[in-house]
Amino acid sequence: MTEVVDILVSASFWAAVIRIASPLLFATMGELICERAGVLNLGIEGIMVAGAFAGWMAVWSGAGLWTGVAIAFGAGALFGLLHATLTVPFGLSQHVVGLGVTLLATSASYYAYRLALPQVTTPPRIEAFQPLPIPGLADIPILGPALFAQTAMTYLAFATVAVVALVLWRTPLGLALRAAGENPAAVAAQGLSVTGIRMGAVMVGSGLMAVGGAFLTMSAFDSFFFEMVNGRGWVCIALVVFGAWRPGKAALGTLLFAFFDAFQIRLQQTALGADVPYQIFLMLPFLLSILALIVMSRRAEVPAALMVPWRKGER
Amino acid sequence: MRLEPIAAPGLARTLGFPALAILATFAVGAGLALAAGAEPFSVFGLILQGAAGSRFAILETLNRATPLIFTGLAVAVAFRARLWNIGAEAQLYAGATITVVLGTGLLLWPAAALLPVIAAAAALAGALVLLVPALLKTKLGVDEVVTTLLFNFVMLLFVSMLLEGPLKDPMGMGWPQSARLIPEARLPRIVEGLRLHWGFGLGLIAAAVVWVIQTRTTLGYAMRAVGENRQAAEFAGIPVTRVILITALISGGLAGLAGFSEVAGLRGNLTTTLSPGFGYTGIIVAMLALLHPFGVVAAAVFVAGIFVGADSMSRAAGVPTYIADMLVATALLAMVLAILLTRFRLRRS
Repeated sequence: MTEVVDILVSASFWAAVIRIASPLLFATMGELICERAGVLNLGIEGIMVAGAFAGWMAVWSGAGLWTGVAIAFGAGALFGLLHATLTVPFGLSQHVVGLGVTLLATSASYYAYRLALPQVTTPPRIEAFQPLPIPGLADIPILGPALFAQTAMTYLAFATVAVVALVLWRTPLGLALRAAGENPAAVAAQGLSVTGIRMGAVMVGSGLMAVGGAFLTMSAFDSFFFEMVNGRGWVCIALVVFGAWRPGKAALGTLLFAFFDAFQIRLQQTALGADVPYQIFLMLPFLLSILALIVMSRRAEVPAALMVPWRKGER
Repeated sequence: MRLEPIAAPGLARTLGFPALAILATFAVGAGLALAAGAEPFSVFGLILQGAAGSRFAILETLNRATPLIFTGLAVAVAFRARLWNIGAEAQLYAGATITVVLGTGLLLWPAAALLPVIAAAAALAGALVLLVPALLKTKLGVDEVVTTLLFNFVMLLFVSMLLEGPLKDPMGMGWPQSARLIPEARLPRIVEGLRLHWGFGLGLIAAAVVWVIQTRTTLGYAMRAVGENRQAAEFAGIPVTRVILITALISGGLAGLAGFSEVAGLRGNLTTTLSPGFGYTGIIVAMLALLHPFGVVAAAVFVAGIFVGADSMSRAAGVPTYIADMLVATALLAMVLAILLTRFRLRRS
């Protein structure tokens, strides 16, 4: 019991919670935007790999860190354009296209990695984002190091949540986007293009997913490894459902998930961790995601036109 | 822009767009080869040679196709009823795990009794693994796409735990691998001296059985009806929930057999590297086959050929093997688009 208390009062634990949440916040917001507009984006897992690779590769080739983030966003938006082209105007199955995009984006990243570094066993490291303590706030006990001594990308992740929430609920653009996912016929009646809104949403959302991937190689770590995304994308899809398609709730869910994930990592290092196989701890995040889906299943307000292709003239 | 259905598509359209999709896949492959500094046609030639250039190459391709036939069928059966089973990987590992639990000395029976029992147990294990998400879907409305995906990760960790615990081979020099199957639990080879095992034959039988179920039984009709329009099926008196659950059992069972066939036919033991994503590749196989069971066999051989051919090409030409994954992904996306364009045309509105 004292061990649990020790974990909960340590500043480094809470810093880890925020660090684990950051890439998931970007990707969850990205998926949320897509689904709010009516498009399920199963490309998320592969797009995160592509973002992780593209951002890291750009910086390794000499680009600045923020340029790397922008390139990751661009790479994600390009795969988003592919996904959107196939699923929106052509109305192809969002499941099939999404899984195809995941495979394509993942293998494209691995292929490019092998071309750039043919014989390398340990990938080169980059000068990643460093912690940027906010003067004054960073000195608050426990909270300070956890919240205000993170890298600039973490601050950007939380800012992204705020911006997404504001745009979706406080602007005409956000209203049109949500309407495209609820009642596309009404959007078309307003003279707006459902196709355009949905495609734009998928591109921006995919860009955010890729930035989430880039967080892994440019802030959490400083190198690109195969399998490093490791199911985080699928977890984010569960988090969107858990958050009932609302940015604030989804962000809270992400923090809760990160809390449990950081907690299981710490627990592995205690006496309990010596007795219990480590795989049990590693399973917890996935089991928690499944549990979250079950808990929310009754109450979820799914966007009415999610996964329903829009064809003009059809009702 | 809008899609306009074509009443009677001509032959040029029906064949032209799929041909274009194949051409587009080759074009992407050529670009990738050029990016690696290799000559495209020699790369294609080496892939073809590696996949089908010798008796050894052909048997290797058929061996690699075997698990894909099972996972492809598993996905085809499920998708036909709109049950999105993305968890064939987990079901495969469940089947493989039961195979080593029963086949490493627990049951000391002659092969004629042992093999059918293990195969049935493997199918049952795979079926039960998919039954959980299927029940969550039908009883609670939990989306099965995400749950089956997440179960893949849980299952692989579970297998890893077993291989470092109760299933660990005491003679394995500390490696996380199971003991080897007893000879009676091994699937024999189809032709003595050649590597191709009876798992491939079992795959062909499975495809035929699925075809019979889908086209010659009431259950097959009900599965199709549920897939095409759930409300209409319900209205017509089809027990939708039960059909979905039966579909899940068949689909999961087929994927479980993939694990049995790989362990009993090829590997002889279980490791966490048993499947390099056969469950996920099965989705591509099923889609390329347009969910038709015999198409699955052809698509599995085609996809396996690309992977086997790319392996041997990579050794000779130095182009990374990931070109195979990219070719397969491109073929999938290009083909689903091409099939759509055989029936619709895009009009500016």
